[in-house]
Amino acid sequence: MRYLPKSPAERQQMLAEIGADSIDDLFAVIPEEYRLRRDLDVPRQQAESEIINYFRAAGEKNAIGYASFLGAGAYRHYRPVIIDVLVQRGEFLTSYTPYQAEITQGTLQAIFEFQTMIAELTGMDVANASMYDGSTGAAEAVLMAMRVTGRHKAVVTRTVHPEYREVLGTYLRYREMPFAEVDYVAETGRVDLAALEAAVTEETAAVLVQSPNFFGVVEDIPAIAEIAHKKGALLIVSIAEAVSLGVVRPPVEADIVSMEAQSFGVALSYGGPFVGVLATKEKYLRQIPGRLVGQTTDRNGSRGYVLTLSTREQHIRREKATSNICTNQALVALMATIFLTIYGKEGIRELAEHNLAKAAYGVKTLSATPGTKLLFNGAPRFHEFVLQTAEDSAGWVPRLRKKKIAGGLALKRWYPELGNATLWCVTEMITKHHIDTAAKALAAGPVEA
Amino acid sequence: MTTETKAPLAEVNRVIGKVRPHQTQNERLVFEKSAPGKKAYKLPPLDVPSVDPAALLGDAVRKEPAGLPELSEIEIIRHFTRLSTWNYAIDLGMYPLGSCTMKYNPRVNEFVSRIEGLAEAHPYRHDEYAQGILDVIDLLQKCLIEITGMDAITLQPAAGAHGEFTGILLVRAWHESQGNARKKIIIPDSAHGTNPATAAICGYQVENLKSNADGGIDLEALAAQVDEETAALMLTNPSTIGVFEEQIHKIADILHDKGALLYMDGANMNALVGKVRPGDFGVDVMHLNLHKTFSTPHGGGGPGSGPVACKRFLEPFLPTPVLYTREDGTKHWEYDRPQSVGRVRAFFGNTGMFIRALAYILANGPDGLRQTTEDAVLNANYIRKKLEDLYELPYKTPSMHEVVFSDKRQAAKGVKTGDIAKRLIDYGFHPYTVSFPLIVPGALMIEPTESESVEELDLFIDAMRSIAKEVEETPELVKSAPHSTRVSRLDEVTAARKPVLRWKPE
Repeated sequence: MRYLPKSPAERQQMLAEIGADSIDDLFAVIPEEYRLRRDLDVPRQQAESEIINYFRAAGEKNAIGYASFLGAGAYRHYRPVIIDVLVQRGEFLTSYTPYQAEITQGTLQAIFEFQTMIAELTGMDVANASMYDGSTGAAEAVLMAMRVTGRHKAVVTRTVHPEYREVLGTYLRYREMPFAEVDYVAETGRVDLAALEAAVTEETAAVLVQSPNFFGVVEDIPAIAEIAHKKGALLIVSIAEAVSLGVVRPPVEADIVSMEAQSFGVALSYGGPFVGVLATKEKYLRQIPGRLVGQTTDRNGSRGYVLTLSTREQHIRREKATSNICTNQALVALMATIFLTIYGKEGIRELAEHNLAKAAYGVKTLSATPGTKLLFNGAPRFHEFVLQTAEDSAGWVPRLRKKKIAGGLALKRWYPELGNATLWCVTEMITKHHIDTAAKALAAGPVEA
Repeated sequence: MTTETKAPLAEVNRVIGKVRPHQTQNERLVFEKSAPGKKAYKLPPLDVPSVDPAALLGDAVRKEPAGLPELSEIEIIRHFTRLSTWNYAIDLGMYPLGSCTMKYNPRVNEFVSRIEGLAEAHPYRHDEYAQGILDVIDLLQKCLIEITGMDAITLQPAAGAHGEFTGILLVRAWHESQGNARKKIIIPDSAHGTNPATAAICGYQVENLKSNADGGIDLEALAAQVDEETAALMLTNPSTIGVFEEQIHKIADILHDKGALLYMDGANMNALVGKVRPGDFGVDVMHLNLHKTFSTPHGGGGPGSGPVACKRFLEPFLPTPVLYTREDGTKHWEYDRPQSVGRVRAFFGNTGMFIRALAYILANGPDGLRQTTEDAVLNANYIRKKLEDLYELPYKTPSMHEVVFSDKRQAAKGVKTGDIAKRLIDYGFHPYTVSFPLIVPGALMIEPTESESVEELDLFIDAMRSIAKEVEETPELVKSAPHSTRVSRLDEVTAARKPVLRWKPE
């Protein structure tokens, strides 16, 4: 087997030195009746070329070469080449959690840079080393708010990503912490502030909103913060599209920001691995879950970095830990760090503005096709928008496919009240030609359904 | 010789800035290298009319740009390349971090995970346009079910601890369906910290189970502790001291007699694959770590992937969605699962890791997987044999894939396991796992994995033997190690007392 660095003779020699007659001597402790006496029923050993052929064929069996208007928490942005070049360096790829600081300063300094960049982008004081993704990060943020406030209820807006809300439901299932959902205003797609005000009480630990929300609409964060804070609840802002922060005001009024940073140079990869991150105010630092890297000095006074405040964590606190999280998404956080270094201060703004402009053109062009209407026109948007079509998406999807276009995502399964509405996302990867082609294909259907 | 060159290297390093040989060159923070106007990106010309963000966004427009660094591409390449050279890695040598299974990460895994049709697949594309990736997921599920001897699986959990959470949710949902969620989870004192943390977040009381004189499960104590309020035992097998629970069938019986379930932490599955299957020895539900047993890279702390496999009676409770195959052979996600515990993550899990794990299984085949397990166990026993005269072996029970010594003899000279670990760095090795499991005071937990040649093992053994000698002759040398790294031991107390968690401009 090509990964195993031993000759048959070496194995025999080692067994002899151990004093074993055969390898099975070393497994003698396993009760006889449980030992597997046959080959595992898995595919036979394959050559590297066969493995590559298998996965190439799988890739080709997927739809490829489509212009995609799908977003909804997973965004296709351009990934500069040097990201994969750098993260595939064995020293990053094949090391582990930097417990031994002296020989993991590379990972530690990179995480420290990541934490700084996330704090800068979100307007928070501090950020952690990463969470699994945006959905679990949002759930962990709610649990964190519970620890901070000592309260046991949450209020969540219906415009938070539906799968994030499902995950939150799972996390809270056995914690006697019900959450109330607050609806959106039909005209704007923003949270209904009056309903929110009515839902938040002195028992509310956290208000969780997403901005830009699931419909792509930017929420009125200062107004929401006021409602939450008036009752002593924490405000958690979930950000599913991190590139928005290049042009959208950071939610500085929030107490915790939970962000999915996949947009920063991470491949879609059918939904993972992505990278979540929590950022918060300094005063809540000791309740944040996950790893943190801090700056310190060595015995000679040289600057260095270490994992810190680990008394919050499971390997020290066991059942009293802030979370059970251990392995997180370090290599993906490194991708994001490199992406943010490439684009930098000006680039992230320029990139976000391109997305804004493309989406504005998409809105204008697509909503102008007969039988199509833009929903939630009354509030600012980033690069996603909701179109209501007279025709069900089952009707126009095949027409777009013929043009090698994947259209918007049907919202019916989560928002039955929205009928035929679909969620469209236009990033910098979409060209004017794609938008024009999509509009023509949409228009080619029956005008009156 | 001038005075400067005689000064301690670190001092010179600080004063001059670039005195090290290339491999450990100094490198400032990326923010400190920034200068306004430098760029490493170029966007294509905008092919639609440009917009005024302030007009579109109103009050919601960002006024102050985020303080991100500004560098050119070559500087970024050098920055991260230099940082990388400060890391130790499997690619550089043996990384015997017990419990973490730091095995070789095959590069074909990385290659195939980046194939366009897989890497660029959007999770919300229609199932019929995702048949390629669904085939991959289906085959991996089948392989893992076969390897574990279980009946059903979810790949959704993002890491081992997330898998534990999912597994205990299944346990709880099943007990609820039987009319009583029950109150407690029993956890041996040798367990990973994630086990009790997981039980707690699932709303269970944690009850500690003291290990017996062999470091294994004390059957009598277990029988006395298990009652009608016990939901499950979370068992790591082989245990964290690398020992297979010989009485495993009795453990399962004790639990099942009282209606409790057996959860297995699969962190140490690398000792079992192809030799014995947890499903055959009474396990009801378990998680795997694809980043341990199945060679997906550890990446400096993730991404992991923590599939959960279970017996048939737990299948209805698996997280949504679940993959199924229609009669026409096409594969689809099933969302209508009324008894499901719900989602534990958005989308379908760390899919990129599934691709890598399957590539590993295909590269091995049944014979390779078995040989891998045998070599992992052979390596651990070889180290044990060659070091047991110098290092205290607290449990004499046979070792599987890892061996746990204690620092008892060295501690008598004032040298602790942490010191020996740091000294190993000077010999060119990553330390073993320090001070874990908790049942061994001053533990040295060594897991060589199958990826080490005899030559590398002998070098490691020589290093450990040499350090044992140093402890006798020059203990201070060991206690002040490492001596060869670009930073010496770091002040962790100050780091925690006055946390500096981000860079700020002067």
